[in-house]
Amino acid sequence: MSVALDLLSIVAVVAGAFFFLAGTVGLLRFPDTFTRLHALTKADNLGLGLVVLGLLPHVGSALAGLKLIVIWLLVLLSGAVASQLIARATRQRDPDA
Amino acid sequence: MADFLLAASGFVLLMVAVGLARILRGPGDADRMMAAQLLGTGGIAALLLLGAATGEDAVVDVALTLALLAAFASIAFVKAAATASRDDTAAGNGK
Amino acid sequence: MMEALNAGLALLLLALAAWTIVGRDAFAAVAGFVAYGLLLTLAWVQLSGVDVALTEAAIGGGLTGALLIGAVARLRDTEAAARAERPKALTRTLAALVAGAVTVALAISILALPDPAPTLAPDVAANIGATGVGNPITAVLLAFRAMDTLLEAIVLVFALIGVWSLAPDRAWGGRPGPLHLADPNGILAYIARVLPPIGIIVGMYIFWAGADHPGGKFQGATILAAMWLLVMMAGLTDAPPISRAWLRIGLVAGPLVFIAIGLAGAVAAGAFLAYPDGYAKPLIIVIELALMPTLALILALLLVGAPQRAGER
Repeated sequence: MSVALDLLSIVAVVAGAFFFLAGTVGLLRFPDTFTRLHALTKADNLGLGLVVLGLLPHVGSALAGLKLIVIWLLVLLSGAVASQLIARATRQRDPDA
Repeated sequence: MADFLLAASGFVLLMVAVGLARILRGPGDADRMMAAQLLGTGGIAALLLLGAATGEDAVVDVALTLALLAAFASIAFVKAAATASRDDTAAGNGK
Repeated sequence: MMEALNAGLALLLLALAAWTIVGRDAFAAVAGFVAYGLLLTLAWVQLSGVDVALTEAAIGGGLTGALLIGAVARLRDTEAAARAERPKALTRTLAALVAGAVTVALAISILALPDPAPTLAPDVAANIGATGVGNPITAVLLAFRAMDTLLEAIVLVFALIGVWSLAPDRAWGGRPGPLHLADPNGILAYIARVLPPIGIIVGMYIFWAGADHPGGKFQGATILAAMWLLVMMAGLTDAPPISRAWLRIGLVAGPLVFIAIGLAGAVAAGAFLAYPDGYAKPLIIVIELALMPTLALILALLLVGAPQRAGER
């Protein structure tokens, strides 16, 4: 049982790390602000989400697991709002970017 | 398992370091804000992995605080940049 | 593995610090500084200072970043002139020599510390039972060295008064900061309605957890202040005029309760801020409950700044 959980953790964390890699590469290589924003959200949603999923079997109590999920939801929320605001601000500055 | 989590944490940190290059290059304020956002998320992930690797439970509280304050900081950044650009265009339109 | 991680983190910190200082664009430097605070949080966790990491995450990551970005916004007009000027070679050489000398002195004094370094940690561990709290940091801050905490709270009030003193005469007693306008149906107003309730719960949780785990009133107050600032930034509420009675009472209530408990301790237990046997934990809780609103008010008002809009008569 615990071997299966360990395996799940490893797979999830590796997948999460891959999405962080994808997000970072996207941030560096995409040609303009809006496409880079798109890359950023991959790291937020899937990167952190998979890492949290991988760490859930290892928490000491239900409260710690709840905190992990709340962290992920908070990052999702703030990432979504920040992306909207950044996109709007960039549109206003540079209408043809 | 702990070694693997440590390695994962180091990898995420490496991604954070590479993302810093975007802060360096710019070219606009938006890119810098996005890089700071990525650093925040990556930092939280690295923190959670470190905490699980060392068995320190209180690190989750640090990550929770960081998530809240990073949200606040990125909104403050965007608001400041948006106000600045609005003043710029107003000044540029012949005041 | 751990050493490699720590070495990488230290190198990254140095590189980021160097870039933040050398860069000429103020906005980029502030972004770099916020990233620096974030990495420093990781460093504190590696050094087993989880309480300090909490404070660094709250203050260094969030509040100082917002404070600096406000300053950058105000300095934008002068930035072109500041970037154009370049001090003479003599000034630069002198500055480099002084900075180098200070660095060498610091390095020597750290490397010359006795090994093992002198510490009072065993004494704290031996006496912590009398305080009733489990977190040694809280015990030191609020029981063994409560005097320092009291003085720090008073210093913060003075700092706020110092910021207020920058107000122009006609604006004294008025509202600090500009009036923030935001679309009441927009996304900024949305998050200013959704995030603060969560933030308040988390802030109170961190405050309460400080008794036995890392946390405490200061980090909790920072989270509460950040939530109030968010609501102000979205334009859902306006900064209160500094002449309001509730504001001023709130600012002094915390230190006054602290001083009152100290004087009561002088009468009941023989020394200022001594706690009578068995009353330590309840008194600590009362002090923390009184100080937290004061700290949240001070931190938020420090960020909003000096009064700018003339007071209403």
